[in-house]
Amino acid sequence: MTVMDLESYEDALSVYDPVMGLEVHVELGTKTKMFCGCSTTLGAEPNSQTCPTCLGLPGSLPVVNAIGIESAIKIGLALNCEIATWCRFARKNYFYPDMPKNFQTSQYDEPIAFNGYLDVALEDGEIFRVEIERAHMEEDTGKSLHVGGATGRIHGASHSLLDYNRAGIPLIEIVTKPIEGAGARAPEVAKAYVAELRELIKALDVSEARMEQGQMRCDVNLSLRPHGREKFGTRSETKNVNSLRSVERAARYEIMRHAAVLNSGGTIVQETRHFHEEDGSTTAGRIKDNAEDYRYFPEPDLVPIAPARDWVEELRAGLPELPRVRRDRLKTEWGISDHEMQSALNAGAIDLITATIDAGAPADQARKWWMGELARASNETGKELADLGISPAQVARVTALVAEGSLNDKLARQVIEGVLAGEGGPDEVVEKRGLKVVSDEGALGAAVDEAIAANAAVADKIRAGNLAAAGALIGAVMKLTRGQADAKRVRELVLEKLGVQG
Amino acid sequence: MPGITREEVAHLGRLSRLELKDEELDHFAEQLDVIIGAVARVSEVAGEDVPPTSHALPLTNVMRPDEVRPSLTAAEALSGAPAQEQQRFKVPQILGED
Repeated sequence: MTVMDLESYEDALSVYDPVMGLEVHVELGTKTKMFCGCSTTLGAEPNSQTCPTCLGLPGSLPVVNAIGIESAIKIGLALNCEIATWCRFARKNYFYPDMPKNFQTSQYDEPIAFNGYLDVALEDGEIFRVEIERAHMEEDTGKSLHVGGATGRIHGASHSLLDYNRAGIPLIEIVTKPIEGAGARAPEVAKAYVAELRELIKALDVSEARMEQGQMRCDVNLSLRPHGREKFGTRSETKNVNSLRSVERAARYEIMRHAAVLNSGGTIVQETRHFHEEDGSTTAGRIKDNAEDYRYFPEPDLVPIAPARDWVEELRAGLPELPRVRRDRLKTEWGISDHEMQSALNAGAIDLITATIDAGAPADQARKWWMGELARASNETGKELADLGISPAQVARVTALVAEGSLNDKLARQVIEGVLAGEGGPDEVVEKRGLKVVSDEGALGAAVDEAIAANAAVADKIRAGNLAAAGALIGAVMKLTRGQADAKRVRELVLEKLGVQG
Repeated sequence: MPGITREEVAHLGRLSRLELKDEELDHFAEQLDVIIGAVARVSEVAGEDVPPTSHALPLTNVMRPDEVRPSLTAAEALSGAPAQEQQRFKVPQILGED
């Protein structure tokens, strides 16, 4: 890997205008594959979910999954697309062992949905409209394991091993029109678009759209043109950028790289590039030349899809409240800013907060824990909030314990820590760790007496009217009670016992 | 006449991973020409009122419910594989050294 010269981001943007195209693949959450009845459950033994159809054995015939079609139409409608009245599948022919059929069943010039848009909210609340070119149906490929190379990559491998469990799982590929006019905010627009699309897919309940599991994958196409020029520059295609943060970083890196190449008098080669999670860089992959010839033709083993208009309208009527509309509503209900809502969205916390409120927690408390303590835990462990191991109901229980006075915030944090460590539910952790605010006045009084006795000099200062010194005694009491006292009550007791007015 | 060239046959050969000898290029170019010519005659016969079709049956929307059906066992799936390893299909090196 050679070290690539990069232009500074500001300098790149002062000379060039970025144009992006985003291609997102979404793996649908159907029970079975797109063209056969094999299960799609993740984590099965290699090659245990295949059949003659998805293995491409002679004589087998594909039959379309009805939910696959329905999901594609729902996605199209939610993206404000027109839905084809008649369309076909096509064979995309290529030589690569990830598809045993030697072609991928896809759609070519007759996508099921086309001409739409998605409005996305940027960090500051500005709405940017991303135009959608098309959404078409296709199938996923098998998983390759490259053996014998240094890093498990295909280069240098001695041979490869194929698991076809994933081959044939339905995919929807959503392609934007060229995104122009975003300027310096292009990387932010890219990230916001993918985030919004993910929310939309989840709201439609057609996929869990978990990027870290490859259920949603993004290709970032980017080119630069000098300001004022209409014609697009040559683009690079950065493949498989699989987190929101990476989408933003990949776009940013490519802007800086293209600018450096162009400024030094070079030309951009149309090629695919690989994104590297470790340092946010991209490196060259295949050069796209004319040798790429997929020889698309209509799939002769499948009949056309002609969605009836009343079915399409029925699906349109059944669409859920769309995420951006819902967020606007929740923003008002929770009384928070655009920016706070955007943070909750980026953290994947909106549904969790909503569920916590539904479980009885006040909105501000629900938001405080998910966006504070739990977001921190998520950052530290690299796990998504939803996978941390604490449920909205459990968070609601913690807020209830704080509200009734049996926990203070410090203890509540320890309870959450215990739940995350797998010690059980909140009540169980309270019980096991003995985490209760000391409300026994006798015990508290004894602790105060002990602290005064041990800190006679401090006590004298307080008696002499130096109330600021009370903090040291309160600290000593908290220490004696292992943080389980109500600090306000301790202060009252300290002052009372020393005979001073608070 | 469509006129398939040797270069086009060579290109198809590459895409299909077929190693074709020089004399085969000429031979297949001639044969493909005849086949394409025959298909072209069908297009001539089809009038304006005959829509292009990709399927013999006038059907649309043939779908199946999203219900799991039994798959092959891994052993059955791999039974026709020329080579296997770790319960996976083993294929020769895909790309050479970088």
